Amino acid sequence: MTLDEVLASLFPSGHQVERGPSGTLRGTAKIDGQGDVTVVGIVGGTPLGVDGAILLAGHVLAAVEAGGRAPIVVLVDTASQNMARRDELLGLNEYLAHLAKSLALASAHGHRIVSVLFGHAAAGAFIAAALSSQSLVALPGAEPSVMDLPSISRVTKLPLEQLKELAKTTPIFAPGIEPLFAIGAVTETWTADQPFASRLAALLRQPVATSDLRDGIGLERKGRLLAHKIAERVAAEAAAHA
Amino acid sequence: MSNLLQPHEADWYEASARERVAGLLDPKSFVEFVGPEQRAMSPHLAQFDLTGAFDDGIVVGRGRLDRQEVFVAAQEGRFMGGAFGEVHGAKLLGLLRAARDGAGRGGPRAVLLLLDTGGVRLQEANAGELAISEIINAIAQVRSAGIPVLGLVGGRAGAFGGGGIITACCSRIVVSEHARVSVSGPEVIETNKGVEEFDSKDRALVWRVCGVRTRYLTGGADCYVKGSIQDFREAAIALIAHAPPFELATLNAEQQRLAERLERFGDCRDAPEIWRKAGLPQPERIAEITDDAFLAIQRPTGADHDAR
Amino acid sequence: MEQFQVRGTAKKRAGGHRHQAITGVNTSGNLEILVERVLPDRECLVDVTTAVTGFRAIWEAVIQEFFERSSPGGLRFSINDGGARPDTVTLRLMQSARLMETEA
Repeated sequence: MTLDEVLASLFPSGHQVERGPSGTLRGTAKIDGQGDVTVVGIVGGTPLGVDGAILLAGHVLAAVEAGGRAPIVVLVDTASQNMARRDELLGLNEYLAHLAKSLALASAHGHRIVSVLFGHAAAGAFIAAALSSQSLVALPGAEPSVMDLPSISRVTKLPLEQLKELAKTTPIFAPGIEPLFAIGAVTETWTADQPFASRLAALLRQPVATSDLRDGIGLERKGRLLAHKIAERVAAEAAAHA
Repeated sequence: MSNLLQPHEADWYEASARERVAGLLDPKSFVEFVGPEQRAMSPHLAQFDLTGAFDDGIVVGRGRLDRQEVFVAAQEGRFMGGAFGEVHGAKLLGLLRAARDGAGRGGPRAVLLLLDTGGVRLQEANAGELAISEIINAIAQVRSAGIPVLGLVGGRAGAFGGGGIITACCSRIVVSEHARVSVSGPEVIETNKGVEEFDSKDRALVWRVCGVRTRYLTGGADCYVKGSIQDFREAAIALIAHAPPFELATLNAEQQRLAERLERFGDCRDAPEIWRKAGLPQPERIAEITDDAFLAIQRPTGADHDAR
Repeated sequence: MEQFQVRGTAKKRAGGHRHQAITGVNTSGNLEILVERVLPDRECLVDVTTAVTGFRAIWEAVIQEFFERSSPGGLRFSINDGGARPDTVTLRLMQSARLMETEA
C-alpha cells in the first residue's frame, strides 16, 4: 500500500498529515466518534537515523506537552536503523533510545499509542518505531524483520536451506508477519477486505495497559512458550525474598 | 591464597558475570533468582547444534550495594556474545517488573544492569528483539516508579544493537575504556555501505566511533572509570543518588541536548573533528592517552547533564 | 551434539558443606560446570553436553581419572562444553570440586 492509500484507509474522516525531513511524518487525523489523534511516522523506506529519530521524538514530546491524552498513531515504512559511520559517531543508540523513551513517556501520560506497519521495519528501527507502542498493527505489505535469512545464515554459518526448513517449525527467528504475530510482537494483522478505520477506532478505544501484555500473548499464541513463565518465576522469587 | 585479588579488586573486563556481581555488591549479599540449578535454559539452541548455559547467559538477583538493597542483572558476554534470547530476556524482564512492583514497599533502591551484549541472539532473533522492547518498556516503568536503573558497560561484547539502545534508556551510565556502545556493528555497516564508509578492520577507527571515550565526551555516558570492579562499585554508589527522574522535563532536556549535538557536530566524520570543534586539547591523541590523562580532560559543555 | 553420563564411585565424600557451585563459561575452548551435592557419599556423576562429537572415550578417561584423583563423593557435575581440551576439562573439574569446600 502506498502512504496515501494507508492514510485514506485509516483516516477516511480526514487528516492533515505532512511529510517532513528525513522521511518523517507529522500531523493530526480525525477518528470517527473519537476526535483527533496525533500522527507521526517514518516512511518511504527511509532508514531511521539520528536526524529522523530526533524529529519524531520531538513530535511525540510535543503531543505529551499539549496534554489532553490524544492517542498517537505511528506509521512505519522504514528499513533498519541508518547504517552510517556518522550516526554511530554521534551516538545513534541515544537517539533511538530517546524516541523509545518518548513513546513510553506518552503511554505513561495516558496517550494510547498504536503503531501501524505497512512496509519494512528491521532491527533498531523496528524496536524504536514499531515495537515502542502498546499495539502494533501489520497491514498488507508489512515486512517486519530482525534480520534477513541470508544474513542470519552468514553469521550463524548455517546453510540457508536448513534455516528455511527450521523456520517452518518455529517462529522464534524467521522474518515475517506470522512468526512475529505468534510471539506477540504484532498485535493484529489486517487484510485488505477489512475496514481499517473502524478497526483502528476499536484499538484506540482500548485503555492504556499498565503493564506490557506481549509476553502473555506470546504464550497464548504458543509462539513464545517460556518468556512469560520465566518472567513470572523471577518475579515470584524476588517477591518471596522481599 | 594471599596473592589472590579480593573480588572487588579484580579487573571488570577479565571477570565473568558472576565475578562482577560478587565484586560489585557488598560481600556475600547476593541472592540469585532462577539460578543455574534450575536449568532454565534455551530450548532453541539444540536445533542449531549449539550447547547452552544453565543460566542462559544472564545472572539476576538481589543484593546490597553499600548496605542498600539493589536488584542486579549481569550478562555473560562470553556466552553467545551475551546476546538476548527468549529465556535470557525474560529473566531480565521479570527482574525489572519485580522492581517496579516492589517500589515503595521495601523494593530495591536501584537496579544495576551489567550489560555485556552484542544485541539480539540471531538463533532466537524474534524473541530476542521483542524481549529488548519489553525490557525498554519495563525500564521506563521502573524509572517512573522512582527507582534508578544504572547501566554498567565494560566488557568485551560492549553494548551493541538493542543493548546499545537499552544502555541509553538507563538513568545513569558507567563505562570503562575497553567497552563499545553502539547500534550497528562495524562489520554490518561495512557489508552494507562499503569499506569507505566504515573499515571494520581498522580497530582504532572502531574505538573512535563506537568506543566509550567518545560516548563519555559527547554526553552518552555519565561516568568513565578505570576498570576495576571497585571503580564500577564506587561510581554506581555515587550515581544512585543523582539519577534523573523519568518525566517530561527530563526528556525535553534530552531532546534539546541531542538536537544541539547534531547542530554542533552533525557534519563531523570522525572523533578528532568533534574534539577540535569542542576545543579539547590535542584532539588526535585523545583515543590513545592513558585513563588518568583522559579523566583529566574537561568534558565539552553539554556532556555533563541530567537529561537521560 | 552429544549428551552422556559418566558414573563413578569415590573413596570418600567430597569435603565441605556447600550444596552447589558453578564455574567456567560455555565459550570456545572452555566449558561451564555446575556442581551439586545430591548423590550418596560414595557416588559421583558427570553429565556432559557437548557440540563436539566423537570424543566420548576421551571424556570418560579424563573423568574417571578425576574421580580417582579427587574422590568427589556425593557430587553431580553437569557440563556444557564449548570444545575444551582435556587438560582444561580436568582443571575445571578440579576447580569446581574445590569450590564445594569453600564458604557459600
